[in-house]
Amino acid sequence: MVPGRVPVLVSATVALLLAGCGGVAAQPAASSTPQVSGSLTVLAAASLTQAFTKIGDQVHAKYPGVDIRFSFAGSPTLVTQIQQGAPGDIFASADQANMQKVVTGGLALTAPAVFAHNKLEIAVQSGNPRHITSVSDLANPSLKVDVCAPGVPCGTYSTTVFGRAGIRVTPVSQEQDVKSVLTKVGLGEADAGIVYATDVKSAGGQVQGVAIPDDQNVTAEYPIVELKTTQSEPAAKTFVDYVLGAQGQKVLADFGFLPKATS
Amino acid sequence: MHRENPVDPGLRAALRLRLGRLDLDVELAVEPGEVAALLGPNGAGKTTVLRALAGLLRLTDGRVVLDGRVLEDTAARVRAPAERRPVGMVFQDYLLFPHLSVVENVAFGLRARGVRRAAARRTARDWLERLGLPGVADASPRTLSGGQQQRVALARALATDPRMLLLDEPLAALDVSVRAEVRRDLRRHMREFAGVNLLVTHDPLEAIALADRLIVIEEGRIVQAGTPAEVTARPRSAYVADLVGVNLLHGRASGDAIELEAGGRLEVVGAGSGEVFAVVPPHSVSLWRSRPDGSPRNVWRGRAAGLDLLGDRVRVRVDAGPQPTLVAEVTPAAVAELGLAEGSDVWISVKATEVRVYSI
Amino acid sequence: MVRPVQPLNPVLVVLAAAAALFFVLPLAGLVARTPWASALGILSDPQVQLALRLSVICSLASTGLAIVLGVPLAWVLARLRFPGRSLLRGLTTLPMVLPPVVGGVALLLAFGRRGLLGAPIAGATGLSLPFTTPGVIVAESFVAMPFLVIAVEAGLRSMDVRFEEAARTLGAGRWTVFRRVTLPLIGPSLAAGAVLAWSRALGEFGATITFAGNFPGTTQTAPLAIYIDLESGQLPSAVILSLLLVVVSLAVLVALRGRYLGED
Repeated sequence: MVPGRVPVLVSATVALLLAGCGGVAAQPAASSTPQVSGSLTVLAAASLTQAFTKIGDQVHAKYPGVDIRFSFAGSPTLVTQIQQGAPGDIFASADQANMQKVVTGGLALTAPAVFAHNKLEIAVQSGNPRHITSVSDLANPSLKVDVCAPGVPCGTYSTTVFGRAGIRVTPVSQEQDVKSVLTKVGLGEADAGIVYATDVKSAGGQVQGVAIPDDQNVTAEYPIVELKTTQSEPAAKTFVDYVLGAQGQKVLADFGFLPKATS
Repeated sequence: MHRENPVDPGLRAALRLRLGRLDLDVELAVEPGEVAALLGPNGAGKTTVLRALAGLLRLTDGRVVLDGRVLEDTAARVRAPAERRPVGMVFQDYLLFPHLSVVENVAFGLRARGVRRAAARRTARDWLERLGLPGVADASPRTLSGGQQQRVALARALATDPRMLLLDEPLAALDVSVRAEVRRDLRRHMREFAGVNLLVTHDPLEAIALADRLIVIEEGRIVQAGTPAEVTARPRSAYVADLVGVNLLHGRASGDAIELEAGGRLEVVGAGSGEVFAVVPPHSVSLWRSRPDGSPRNVWRGRAAGLDLLGDRVRVRVDAGPQPTLVAEVTPAAVAELGLAEGSDVWISVKATEVRVYSI
Repeated sequence: MVRPVQPLNPVLVVLAAAAALFFVLPLAGLVARTPWASALGILSDPQVQLALRLSVICSLASTGLAIVLGVPLAWVLARLRFPGRSLLRGLTTLPMVLPPVVGGVALLLAFGRRGLLGAPIAGATGLSLPFTTPGVIVAESFVAMPFLVIAVEAGLRSMDVRFEEAARTLGAGRWTVFRRVTLPLIGPSLAAGAVLAWSRALGEFGATITFAGNFPGTTQTAPLAIYIDLESGQLPSAVILSLLLVVVSLAVLVALRGRYLGED
C-alpha cells in the first residue's frame, strides 16, 4: 500500500459522505419574505375611519393573504366590547385613558405604541352662518353646540378646551362618537360641534372648520396595541408595523393627523 | 225646520232609493193614532223603508212629511238628519246600550236633548212603570228577558215624545211561547200612542193582530194595502195568498168561466169579464178516489204532490197537469180512507159557487 | 270518571321548553347579575333619577299624544270609505316594522331644522324639535301610536254600528254618540291599545337617540342611559336600570292579563 494515498482516499470519502449528509445542495439564496396571511378585526376610534380604511386597503394590496375588517366606534364603546370578550386583533384608541383600561385589564398582548396625534377643531355649518370665530363664541346660550359624551376621548378633550378658554358650555347632546357630532352639524341640527381637525378635513364641503388656538387646544394622543384575543399574531404585527411605518404615517398625514412623534 | 201645519197631520212619504239590489219606490200615508204594518217577504225593502223614514238612509228621490213638517225633500234639497227627527225607533234586537243600566237607557234620548240627569231619570222611571217594568230600573239590560228588553226598548223610544213610532219586527226576537202575551201588551201600548205608528214584519199573524192597516210590499213596491180583512179576503199576490193560506188564481173571465192564465179553465158564478183573481179556499176543494158524479162544476184528475199536517187538518197539494195546482184541506181520516200518499192518483172537485172572484 | 289524558308529543314539549327558555334565560341572567348591594346607591344617583323621571313623563305624554291623534285616525280608518284607505292604514302601521333608527332618521328629515316641515317652522319661530324633550315625545309617539291605532280600529270594527244608529234616532248628535256610546263600547280596546303604546314608548331608544339626541335631563331617557352606561363600561348601573324597566313592563303586562290577547 502506498502510504500517501490512504488519507486522500479517506478525506475524499469523508468529503463525499459529508456532501451526502449535507442535505440539499447549496443553492443561491432568493430574497422572499415568508407570505403573511390571516384574518384581522381592527377595533379603532371613530376618528380613524377614513385613514385606517385606506391603510387597510394598502396592507391588503401588499399582503393579499391578510383580510382586514374594521369596527369603528367611540373608544369607550370599543373598550367595553373588548372587556366583554368581543373578538378583536388590534385596538387603536383616541386617548391613553381608554387604552389604559385595556392594558390594566390584562387584555393587551404588546405594549401600546403611539402612532399619531390630532388636534381639536370647531366644526360649523358650511358658510358659518352663525359667524363663530373662536371657542368663547360657543358660550352663547342661543347656539346649539354638540359634543362627545364624557368618557369618549373627544368629549374629555372638549371639556379641557372649554376649561382653558374659561367658558361654560351647555351642549344640546352628548354623542357616543365624534362622527355623530360631525353628522349633527352637517345636518344642520347643531350650530357647532367639537371634533378633530381630521374630521373637518374628511367631511369635505359639508362642514367648515374654525381653528382652536394652541393655548386652548388639546393634543390628542392615539395609541395602538395588539390584543391577547388575536387569532393571527403575524398578521396583526404586520398591520401595526405598517401603521407605525413610513407608508402608514404618510396616509395618516394625508388625512390631517399629526406624526407619531411630536418634537 | 218648517212651521207646523195642523191641517195635515200624519205621515206623508214618497220614498225612492236604491240600495244594493233593492230598488225601492213606495208612497205611504199613515194617520196619527193609526197602526200600519208593512208586510212582505225578506228583502222586499221593509226595513229600508223604516231606516229611510228614520233618517238613517238618504233618499235618492222623494219626500217625507210628518205632521206638516218636512223632514226630507230631495227636490228642495232639504234634509233633517236622524238626530233631529221626532221619530222613535224600536230595533229588531232592541239594541239596548249594554254599558248603561235600564233607566239610563230609557233616559238616554232625554239626556241627549239636554234634559238634566235627575229629571230625565224621573221621566224614564215613569215610562218604565207605565210599561209594566217598575223593578228593573237599575238592572243591566243583559239580565232582562226578551219581553222585558222589548218593553225597555219601547220605553226608550217613547220617552223622547216622538211623533212617529217605528218598530222593526218587534216580536221576531222573542220565544214563541211569550210571543202571544207580548203581542197583546204591545198592541195595547201602540194603541195608546197618539202619533203615527208604523211596524214592519214578515209574520202575517203579527201584522193582523197589531195593525189597523196592512201595506204589502214586495221587491220594493207596494202591491196591496187595506185593512187586514180586506187584504186577506182579496189577496192580490201569491205571497199574500200563501200567507193567508188560500188558493189564488189569475185569469180572464167571461160570464161563468175563467180562462186561467196558468192554463185550464174554472167555472164560477157571475165573474163578469176582464182580468180577475179567483180565490178557492182549501176547504172548498174536495178529493175523490174516482171521478165524482155530482153537482160540482169543476172536476179534474190530478196527483197528490205533498201532504202537510196542520193541527187537525191535512193540506194536500194536488198537481193537475193542464189544470191549476190546488191545495185541498181534508181530515186525516179522509186521507186514510182514500189511501192518499205522495204520488197517489186523485180526483178533485170545486163548487163554482164557492169560488170568490174579484176584478183586478 | 277519569278523563283520558292525551299523550303529549315529546318533540312539541322540547321545542316549547326551548322557546320558554329563550325568553326566561336573558331575564334570569339580568336578575342573576344584579348588584343588589349597590342598587340603592345607583338608584339615588341624580343622573339615574333624571333618566327615570324623564322616561315616565315622556312615555305618558307620548301616550296622550297617541290617543289624541290616534283615536280620530282609527275612527276614519274604521268608519269611512275613501280611495287610498288601505295605503293609509299601511303607512300608519309602518313604524311598527321599521327599525327605530330609520324612524329617527325619517323624523330628522321631516322635523329637523332643515326638514320638510321643520325648516319653515324653524325659520318662522326659531324653534326645532331635535335636542328637546318635546322631540323625545314626538319620537316616542311615532313608534307607539300604531299600536293604539290598530287596537282602537279593531274595537271600532267589532262594535255593532247599529248602537250608534239607535243613539242617533234618540236624538244624539255625532259628538254625543261618540262620547256616550262609541267610546264606552270601545273602552277595553282603547285601554289595551294605550297600555301597549305606553310600554312601547317607555322602551323606545333608536328613534329617540337619533332624532332627539342624548343629554341628561332633557333627552336622556332610561333606555338611553342604559346604553350609555353599557358603552362606557358601567355595567352595574346598566343592569339596575334594565331590571327596573323590565319589572315595570312586566307589571303592566300582568295587569293586562292577556286581555289584549283575548283571554278572559
